[in-house]
Amino acid sequence: MLVRSAQLLLALVLLVVWEVGAGTGLIDPFFFSQPSAIAQQVITWVVEGTIFEHLRVTLIEALLALVIGTAAGLGIGFLLARVELLAEILDPYIKVLNSLPRVVLAPIFLLWFGLGIWSKVAFGVTLVFFIVFFNTYQGVREVNRVLVDNARMLGAKESQLVRHVFLPSALSWIFSSLHVSVGFAIVGAVVGEYLGSSAGVGFLISQAEGVFDTTAVFAGMVVLSIVVLVIDAAVHRIERYLLRWRPTGAVDTGAN
Amino acid sequence: MAEVSLSEVSISYRGTDGSEYPAVREIDLHLPAGRFVSVVGPTGCGKSTLLNAVAGLLRPTTGEVRIDGAPLRGLNDRAGYLFQQDALLPWKTVLENVELGLRLRGVPQAERVERATELVRRVGLAGFERSYPHQLSGGMRRRTAVAQTWIVDPDILLMDEPFGALDVQTRQIMENELLRLWAGSGKTVLFVTHDLDEAISLSDEVVLLSAGPGSRVVGRYPVELPRPRDLLNIRTEPAFSESYARIWADLREEVMTSYERSTAQPVD
Repeated sequence: MLVRSAQLLLALVLLVVWEVGAGTGLIDPFFFSQPSAIAQQVITWVVEGTIFEHLRVTLIEALLALVIGTAAGLGIGFLLARVELLAEILDPYIKVLNSLPRVVLAPIFLLWFGLGIWSKVAFGVTLVFFIVFFNTYQGVREVNRVLVDNARMLGAKESQLVRHVFLPSALSWIFSSLHVSVGFAIVGAVVGEYLGSSAGVGFLISQAEGVFDTTAVFAGMVVLSIVVLVIDAAVHRIERYLLRWRPTGAVDTGAN
Repeated sequence: MAEVSLSEVSISYRGTDGSEYPAVREIDLHLPAGRFVSVVGPTGCGKSTLLNAVAGLLRPTTGEVRIDGAPLRGLNDRAGYLFQQDALLPWKTVLENVELGLRLRGVPQAERVERATELVRRVGLAGFERSYPHQLSGGMRRRTAVAQTWIVDPDILLMDEPFGALDVQTRQIMENELLRLWAGSGKTVLFVTHDLDEAISLSDEVVLLSAGPGSRVVGRYPVELPRPRDLLNIRTEPAFSESYARIWADLREEVMTSYERSTAQPVD
């Protein structure tokens, strides 16, 4: 209760200082805008409905990036975890690709996939893929030997081991990194839009920046933050349901 | 019903540096069908190694494991294995864990749920069918594991210190229940433990392994206690103390040897 009150108070103080500062000229509204103006801008967007189309585009891009990146990461992670030789051969390539700053890929994706949604999806996929890939790889590799032996003694064939032992173990790792994946998918979409597009929240912000409209830039950030918070809460719910078999607070993937 | 025999079974592990570590050496062991045999020995004497060989999880370096006279190739599909560690799938409920063996064999859902529910009730876990392993106590997880192994009705039961992690009271209760479940089932049991008390009270015969490395069989002791046995009172019977004294005299020697070796070269 105390923490909550302090948090609210802090937000209030910051907003009041910002508002009053901008009003009296202590803070230059050209660079920093003003909370009331930002709120006004957000309300206008919502009332006019213009923001929803942009949000829709951004969220579709993020969702596609999440689905494609997860599927690819899961498939390839599984393959490499089960086929030792392949993992050894591909190891340096994966390291190189993963260490590449992803932003430098954006211009290439713009060339390859155009200004539409697919260049943003591709960009998001490169971010999501590696998270899911590493978690799957780890999840499959670190399954407790005894769980596997036990399932085999109970009569499990290779495909049944995948179904009942390896996949659930990998999924538990993937689910627990879902927050990060979702966040990266949205980052991918927005950054992609920012670098070149005709719709989306990233596009909106970059447009506003182009005409020195700091109010709209901040308003775009506010909208994005709210949406991400809502999605994060939903992901938290989903994660809690899917990992209900786990002891609360502990990380147990059957790895020890 | 199944008869298990090991003839001149030796098993070595190859270390990462290429050196060989002999776990057990030239083990001859015969388990007549339906007999309850315990293997005791000091820590690190290759007891678990022996079980893994009978399970088919490990191939003997030399020698042979035979089931009803036929040499074992690959996994032993007539054996059920109760591991020392927790081997329940954490993402499956008690009922799902218990019915797993049937599911892997393609038994229709209605039937396997019915049989699993019945078995869960028999091991005293009625009402916990939908609980996950982490919500259960150690004793309850063990009961689940027993039911999981039992449901596929294996002819041979391999148990690796199955109750070692439980407190003494729970342990005695579990031992009692195991005997009740086993009585009349005709299953051949190979039970590994370092607890001589447990070995004598449960078994028809106790086999003593020498200190490792390269453990061998140093003694076989039939246990002449009538069945059914009441484990909660069995330790006061004269025949029990007599068996205990006789086996302990030999076991003590191996334990001391093992202890001296482990303190001489601190590898363990």
